Amino acid sequence: MRLTAEGISKEYLRENAAAGTNRFCAVRETSLTLEPGTVTVLTGRSGSGKTTLLHMLGGLSEPGSGRVLLGDTDLYALPDKQRSALRNREFGIIPQGQTALHSLTAAENILLPCYLSGEKPDLAFAEELMQRLDISALRDARPAALSGGELRRVAIARALIRRPSVILADEPTGDLDDENTKTVFGLLKETAEAGAAVLIVTHETDAAQYADRQYRMQSGALTEPDAP
Amino acid sequence: MKQKISLPRRNLAGSPGRTAVLVLLTALLTMTVLGGTLIVSGLRKGLRSLEGRLGADVMVVPYEATTQSKLEDIVLQGSTGYFYMDRKLCDKITAREGVGQVSVQLFLASTSSGCCSIPVQIIGFDPETDFTVSPWIRQKRSEPLGAGDIVVGNDLNAFVGDTLTFYGVECHVAAKLDKTGTRFDTAVFTNLDTIRMLIQSSIDRKMNDFQKLNPDGVVSCVLINPADGYSAEEVVNDINLHVKKVRAIRTKEMISGVSDSLSGIASVTGILIAAVWVLVIIILLLVFTMSVNERKREFAVLRVIGASRGAAARCVLQEALTVGLLGGAAGIGIGLLVVLPFNSLIEETLGLPFLLPGGGRIALLSGAALLLAAIVSAAASALSAYRISRLDPAVILRGDAS
Repeated sequence: MRLTAEGISKEYLRENAAAGTNRFCAVRETSLTLEPGTVTVLTGRSGSGKTTLLHMLGGLSEPGSGRVLLGDTDLYALPDKQRSALRNREFGIIPQGQTALHSLTAAENILLPCYLSGEKPDLAFAEELMQRLDISALRDARPAALSGGELRRVAIARALIRRPSVILADEPTGDLDDENTKTVFGLLKETAEAGAAVLIVTHETDAAQYADRQYRMQSGALTEPDAP
Repeated sequence: MKQKISLPRRNLAGSPGRTAVLVLLTALLTMTVLGGTLIVSGLRKGLRSLEGRLGADVMVVPYEATTQSKLEDIVLQGSTGYFYMDRKLCDKITAREGVGQVSVQLFLASTSSGCCSIPVQIIGFDPETDFTVSPWIRQKRSEPLGAGDIVVGNDLNAFVGDTLTFYGVECHVAAKLDKTGTRFDTAVFTNLDTIRMLIQSSIDRKMNDFQKLNPDGVVSCVLINPADGYSAEEVVNDINLHVKKVRAIRTKEMISGVSDSLSGIASVTGILIAAVWVLVIIILLLVFTMSVNERKREFAVLRVIGASRGAAARCVLQEALTVGLLGGAAGIGIGLLVVLPFNSLIEETLGLPFLLPGGGRIALLSGAALLLAAIVSAAASALSAYRISRLDPAVILRGDAS
């Protein structure tokens, strides 16, 4: 399913001891389309607004202006309950950092989106994902016993478990070695080829070889890398 | 891999220390509420039972019985003791204006020495005139008591058909009364002929304080109900004014003393329960707030993978509700274990009539205590649940990212 951002922007209020409260523009008016079957790679310096843009695209942070459409559905016109259900069904979001729930095992963390939806989990697909990401031996381990890279792969499997139509990955390979980085990018590419629209926010230069489209974020503005 | 999990339950199991503290606190709250309520209910029921059992509005006793300040102990609290007055005084009392129903009783305290099976208060009544004891003895035995027959209170370790010995006289247990929660539970009842026989035997064995006593010529107390058109107060005043060596007392006055004590106990219990409530609610509030603050990022992740604001808040509330139900059940168990087996000890310690409510009412009170524990836990977590529902997952997850 196509995900379209139409003129979205975001400002934050920032506390500053010297200047008091002031407005900070995280993302300037931006339009972007994530086509089904494609991988879009977004790069940029820290603080350039990549994560904020990803959160707006994922229905997690309402833009100050513009709208985000999944197909014909305006995400932010939906009430929270419906938007959350849509996010559970159609989006696979890989946030930055460690995001596992500590009371659950690795396998249960992966299956959490299925548990939330109340639908029967596809255990065979979970097994397949764990094998692809080389974490099947860790299925019963608690997050406290896992390394940063292992937790990262659990988050990636969790994002893919419901076969979503949109994948939004924020630094998915941040804690991974070269081999696992290749595996993850390969898996995301395969997911796109199966019909999903994939956005990868990354600092990895290798990601370019998997990209169908590339963008760069600079001071809240989206530019294509070869643009002047 | 499981097909289904309960996230609130897994969260509780994932932090056993925190969960144990929360369950313990709610157990404490429930135990205090249930235990306190049972004790106050037991005292109220005991008092009502005593009012019903006393059966007479006015009691006349020898004057020295009141000066020994043991009358109340003997009449209300089951202490053993005895006092006597001349039977002729009874005739004088009966002749007074306003006196309606009249019956006499004779008291004797058995001892724990070899002469007696058990130390108890023995109460002799006149079956011909009695209007206080006979009605509830008749609930257990319809035939009149014969010579040597006794009726025992519920707390005594004797059963119908047993033989108890008092001052060398063998007495046959003809009936056992239901529990009343009053001094009558440890008393023995018999007719005047039998108690006179026992008093004489105690005198013969030189085990009675009144060695020159003629059992046929004495009574311990006269029980009176006023005639129609007269109040108990008028009868009491008239007897106290015109009959020497005796003291007339309104039985309700004695009970009002107990009622005052009961009100005091109920107030103290109420304050204790309120204090525990406030303390537990504050601690629960703090613990839930801290626990949710610690897990803000986890709740943000739940929102990312599709939990609505309501679902995230419900997760917090369900955790609290589970804690409330577990703690409540534990508190009820502990509360019942403390109050039920030790109700005699409570009665003894408080020195007041005590009759536990029936099984149905205990079940009802337990259910109410459980409900209260669940409501208090849910209420203490409501603020945390609200904050979680308002949480902005993007802000929490962004952290230092942009």
